[in-house]
Amino acid sequence: MTDFVASPPVIRPGGTVRPRPRRWKEHSILPGFGLSLGVTLIYLGLIVLLPLGVLAMRPWEIGLDGIVRTLTDARVAAALKITFGISFLAALTNGPLGLLIAWTLTRYEFPGRRIMDALVDLPFALPTAVAGIALTTLYAPTGPLGALAAKIGIKTAYSPLGIFIALVFIGLPFVVRSIQPVLQDLDRGVEEAAQTLGATDLQRIAYVVIPALGPAILSGISLAFARAVGEYGSVIFIAGNMPMKTEIAPLLIVIKLEQYDYAGAAAIGVAMVAISFGALIGMNILQMALARRGRT
Amino acid sequence: MIDAVAPGASRPLFRIVLPGIAPLMLLASAAAMAGLILLPLGVVFQEALAKGLMPYLAALKETDAIAAVKLTLLVAAISVPLNAVFGVAAAWTITKFEFRGKSVLLTLIDLPFSISPVVSGLVWVLLFGAQGIFGTWLIDHDVKIIFATPGLVLATILVTFPFVARELIPLMQEQGSDEEAAALTLGASGFTTFWRVTLPNIKWALLYGVLLCNARAMGEFGAVSVVSGHIRGLTNTLPLHVEVLYNDYDSVGAFAAASILAGLGIITLVLKTVLEWRHSGELSASRKH
Amino acid sequence: MNFRRAESTDERLALEIKGVSKQYGRFPALKDVSLQAKDKEFLALLGPSGSGKTTLLRVLAGLEEPDAGEVRFGGEDFLALPVRLRKVGMVFQHYALFRHMTVAQNIAFGLTVRRRSEKPSKSEIGDRVADLLSLVQLEGLEKRFPSQLSGGQRQRVALARALAIEPKMLLLDEPFGALDAQVRRELRRWLRELHDKAGVTTVFVTHDQEEALDLADRVAILKDGQLIQLGTPNEVYEHPATPFVFDFLGAACRMPGVVDGSRLLVADWESEAPKGAPQGPVDVFFRPDEVAFAPLDGAGLAAEVRGVTQRGPDVRIDCLIEGQTVELQAHGPTLPPGVATGLPVRIKPLRPQVYAAG
Repeated sequence: MTDFVASPPVIRPGGTVRPRPRRWKEHSILPGFGLSLGVTLIYLGLIVLLPLGVLAMRPWEIGLDGIVRTLTDARVAAALKITFGISFLAALTNGPLGLLIAWTLTRYEFPGRRIMDALVDLPFALPTAVAGIALTTLYAPTGPLGALAAKIGIKTAYSPLGIFIALVFIGLPFVVRSIQPVLQDLDRGVEEAAQTLGATDLQRIAYVVIPALGPAILSGISLAFARAVGEYGSVIFIAGNMPMKTEIAPLLIVIKLEQYDYAGAAAIGVAMVAISFGALIGMNILQMALARRGRT
Repeated sequence: MIDAVAPGASRPLFRIVLPGIAPLMLLASAAAMAGLILLPLGVVFQEALAKGLMPYLAALKETDAIAAVKLTLLVAAISVPLNAVFGVAAAWTITKFEFRGKSVLLTLIDLPFSISPVVSGLVWVLLFGAQGIFGTWLIDHDVKIIFATPGLVLATILVTFPFVARELIPLMQEQGSDEEAAALTLGASGFTTFWRVTLPNIKWALLYGVLLCNARAMGEFGAVSVVSGHIRGLTNTLPLHVEVLYNDYDSVGAFAAASILAGLGIITLVLKTVLEWRHSGELSASRKH
Repeated sequence: MNFRRAESTDERLALEIKGVSKQYGRFPALKDVSLQAKDKEFLALLGPSGSGKTTLLRVLAGLEEPDAGEVRFGGEDFLALPVRLRKVGMVFQHYALFRHMTVAQNIAFGLTVRRRSEKPSKSEIGDRVADLLSLVQLEGLEKRFPSQLSGGQRQRVALARALAIEPKMLLLDEPFGALDAQVRRELRRWLRELHDKAGVTTVFVTHDQEEALDLADRVAILKDGQLIQLGTPNEVYEHPATPFVFDFLGAACRMPGVVDGSRLLVADWESEAPKGAPQGPVDVFFRPDEVAFAPLDGAGLAAEVRGVTQRGPDVRIDCLIEGQTVELQAHGPTLPPGVATGLPVRIKPLRPQVYAAG
């Protein structure tokens, strides 16, 4: 563990002090760096990096051909499309919906506001399987809301719409909790300035408030998206799991595993991680571009 | 909310400016909240009690249900403390020292959040499953990890890995390390400094992180479902038990088990909200509202 | 902008505030405030924090609605107009710049949000922004974001943004509050020149008496939501209406005294009472730098010098008068004759103000 110790300046026999080589760690008087970094790295390595490394290696045993064949298989491709497509739509829907709820919670004082505020986090706190069977019961053709929708000819549960509802449920708190603190801290003066300059209420919200919230909304949406893509528990009950139509990618992984197709399962897993990472990086770049303008 | 000091700052701007919109916004929010959050919660208890109290209680007393509760508690009791210790160590490393590669470390700690729970289960099967890397060795030595409790624990740990660290890092970053430095100059040892200065400063945030970590650990479904094998009474945690009963069309049984989990969720929410109100100053900034 | 400077319009009343009151819960922020401002006048609202000056400014802007009273501008009922139709250029204390917009976009905002029929063309807006940028001496910074500007620059952007809508009235809330002393003094002179050039009625809020006296045509002094005195800087400084105003506008020394007929008695010093002084027991106020050191056998307050401190060009002389320690100010590199620590002196306040004892 010699690396963890800052190297002292080397004094040459001539007496001149050689400039210290750039250290990888700044000197600190606080103790415990070696121990805490060691614990962190070992735990991280064993729990996260080793397993993910194995995940990344496993598909290669069926070769590039096999991976391509697995992923372009109509059923897998459809599942990936459904998963990412509906997740994207649900996350996008969460944008305005989350803004609406965050706005209501921060800007108005009404009885039950605090309870509503607390309930926003229910999708975090409610186990996904419970959410899954509850949403299914609610939105099934025989359920109270599902019957209502069926009357106007809309099938909610056991359809892509059902997946969408579950994913909106799962993603909502991410967006609300991203926007809320920013909206709370938004300088009232800025809005008042817009008013004194002649902006109408709509103009004030469109040109001043929403742009100021832009980075927060976007970050909430990307968090909701990342969560939705991987979501399993709340979706499989309501989805109906019909191949090509309402089968999500995580379920296909489970199916492949049950068939002992480890490489195929790993290939889908890697593809999911790769696509969601790509999407997240894209959103991060957009978000940074937005945030750069607003830094103080 | 505390009344703003400056006159005018707390004035409800929008009640005057947008008289027609406020009730509309409120109504829309309430409708969305009800349809998405309140109704599902209500349905759980309604379905659980659909046939009356006795069948509900009977479903809870069933041996498989009790076994599932015990297993769930055991898994959480192992994985939550481990993640708490890791969270403190990681937060200490990241917030009290400057070193290269810090942002990479931060990203890696967050990584499990962006991985599907199913993948978090899959990786353990790839390692320890029958056809996994250590599969043959484990079979030869008669060690069971997948389709057994160790697999459930590993999957749960991976899924709940970042929770505690995520709560501590922003808070400890805000707090800086001046107090620790002061304690050291006053002659405290490293351990004493941590125990008497750092820990009291972060205790509520730590509790908060543990609370969220525990809720997720007890409620986790996707990851454990992959490694469990769904053996009733043996490897079914409570969420898996819910699934099995639901797929057996045992609605009362499924929702009775679900009601315990929903209760856990509600308790978590209440405790979390209390922490946010009472100790908002000692939680990271994003938790203060 | 209106560069017309007809002599007659200068005396026309622009702003009339009548009996404005405003209450926050049980806290009265404004109590029956009435005042007027002439066209193109530069009016300062001066007072300590909590005096209601900012509330009054926000009432003028339309950001607060008074519980009672009237506000007219150019004869028009201002309270009936919503904020965005009042055309007041407001500069907020912390500028409230739109952080996601460039300097140019910030300045142009008030023009771009106009209704289509009133909106200037793109090129007109561009020209106007360029004019304003040169007026506030920020040429070349139009593409910057507020976060890339210094405090003084932000302040000028906020001013340009307010001027862009050709405001009927300019409202400034502690315009220099967030700046350091050096920048403050520079901007102060510049703001006054800008006001004279633009010819807009301007109301600004400050708690800094020096700023108000230095900058304004007239100063309105508020305390606890009430207007205490309104007058030119000279009037209010030379004839403060109340002990509070005297105290607020500068350093003050206070002694008890008695007015008897036309005589004013303070301890063993007798002098002529100022015109209009109340009879009977009074409080006598004088400025510590408006005193003369009299010969020991002459008229004046008997005092003993307790300490002398040289502070650059000024000298602080701590004196004990009638059992109370008073800090006097003298100017110049040399001490007045006969002043040294431990020596008795006689002090003659040059312009004492007399208020009924309270």
